[in-house]
Amino acid sequence: MSAPLAANARPSQPGAALWIGATVAALVLWVVLYSQLEPFSIWFVGRLPVRPGAHLHEALSFFALDTPKVLLLLTVVVFGMGVVRSFFSAERTRAMLAGRREGAGNVAAAALGIVTPFCSCSAVPMFIGFVSAGVPLGVTFSFLISAPMVNEVALGLLLALVGWKVATIYLGFGLAVAIVSGWVIGQLHLEGWLEPWVRDLRTAAVDLTAQSLTPVDRIRAGLDAMRDIVGRVWLWMILGIGAGAVIHGYVPTELLASIMGRGAWWSVPAVVLIAVPIYSNAAGIIPVVEALLGKGAALGTVLAFMMAVTAISAPETVLLRRVLSLRLIAVFIGVVTVGILAVGYLFNALI
Amino acid sequence: MKDVKVLGPGCKRCAATAEMVEAEARKLGVSVTIEKVTDYARIATYGVASTPGLVVDGKLVHAGGVPKPEDVRSWLKES
Repeated sequence: MSAPLAANARPSQPGAALWIGATVAALVLWVVLYSQLEPFSIWFVGRLPVRPGAHLHEALSFFALDTPKVLLLLTVVVFGMGVVRSFFSAERTRAMLAGRREGAGNVAAAALGIVTPFCSCSAVPMFIGFVSAGVPLGVTFSFLISAPMVNEVALGLLLALVGWKVATIYLGFGLAVAIVSGWVIGQLHLEGWLEPWVRDLRTAAVDLTAQSLTPVDRIRAGLDAMRDIVGRVWLWMILGIGAGAVIHGYVPTELLASIMGRGAWWSVPAVVLIAVPIYSNAAGIIPVVEALLGKGAALGTVLAFMMAVTAISAPETVLLRRVLSLRLIAVFIGVVTVGILAVGYLFNALI
Repeated sequence: MKDVKVLGPGCKRCAATAEMVEAEARKLGVSVTIEKVTDYARIATYGVASTPGLVVDGKLVHAGGVPKPEDVRSWLKES
C-alpha cells in the first residue's frame, strides 16, 4: 500500500487541534479542582454535626478528602496510562519476549509488565499466547507477576498519596520480586507441569501493530481506558477509602503500631497470609496503605501487604487453573509469597 | 457472506464486540455469521495474546479490546 493511500484510509479526523485543545483544557480544570480539594473537605466536614477531634470527625475528614482526591487522581492516571499503553500491545510485548533467554528475558518481561495492557480477566489467553509462541515459562511468569502488581495505577496513586520515596521503593522491589520469582520458576524447569494441551500448542507470534494511530486515536484510547477502568474499580476504591477512614479515625495508634510496627516479627507473614486470598486492585488498596502508614505501621509490612493483595488473587488463580497444574500454581504462589516476605523483612530491617 | 469469529472467554467486552459487529453488518447490508470462540485452546491457535480478538474470514484483524466501529466497517467491506 502506498503512502498516500494509507493516509486516505483514515480520511476524516477533523479537529485534531480541537481534541488536543480540549484535552489541555480538561487537564487545567483538573489542576484547579485538585488544588481546591483540601479547603473543600474542611468546609464540608465543618458543616456536619460532629465534634472536631472525635473519632467520627477524623474518619469523615479522611473520607471527604480522599474520595474526590483518589477519584481525580485515578481518572488522570488511567487516562495517561491509556495513552501510554496505546504504544504497546500484548502481541508486541510477546514478540519482544519470544525466544529471549532467561535472565535478561525476566528483566524485560517485568519491565514490559508495567506498560502492557493487562487485566486479570485476560491473564489466561495471555499466558497461553506467550507460552505457545515460545516465550520461556519463567519469563512469562515474570510478566504475569509484574503486570498486576507494578502498574501505573499503583505507582501513580502511591506517588500522589504517600510520596515519591515509597513509590520508587515499591517500583524497585516489585520489579525485583517479579524478576527473581520468574527466574526461580524458570530454573525449576516445570514445563512438564503445564496442562498437556498448553504444552503442545505452538503458534506463530502474530503482530497486529500495522494499525498506526494518530494522536487523536491515542487520546481516545486514554478516554476509553478511563471509562473502562474507572467504571470497573470505583466501588473497590470507595470500599478501600472507607476501610482507610475507619483505620484513620478509630484504630488507636499504639495498638496498630504494636501489631504492624517493626517490633512485631510475625506481622509480615501475618499480613501476607491475610492478603493472599483478598482481591483488590491498586486503587482499592492504596487508601488503606495511606491510613496504615499514618498510624505508625512499618513500611516493609505495609508494602508486603500491598504486594500480596495485588500480585496474587483468588479469581486469577482459579482462572489459571485452566492452564496450569495445581502443583505449578502452588509453586507460583509459594515463590511469589517468599519474595514478598523477603521484601517485607528487608525493609523493616533497613529502615 | 462474511465469516466472523469473536475470540474471548466470555467477558463483557467480548459480548460488546460481537454485538457491534452484528449492528455494523446490518447497517452495511453485509450478511455475516458470527461465532463466539470461548475455548482457550482455539483462541490461542489464532495467535492472539489479548482478548477480545476478531477474526474475519479466517484472518486475525484485531486483538486486545473492543474495536472501533469504523475499523469494523472496513473489515466487513473488504472482500
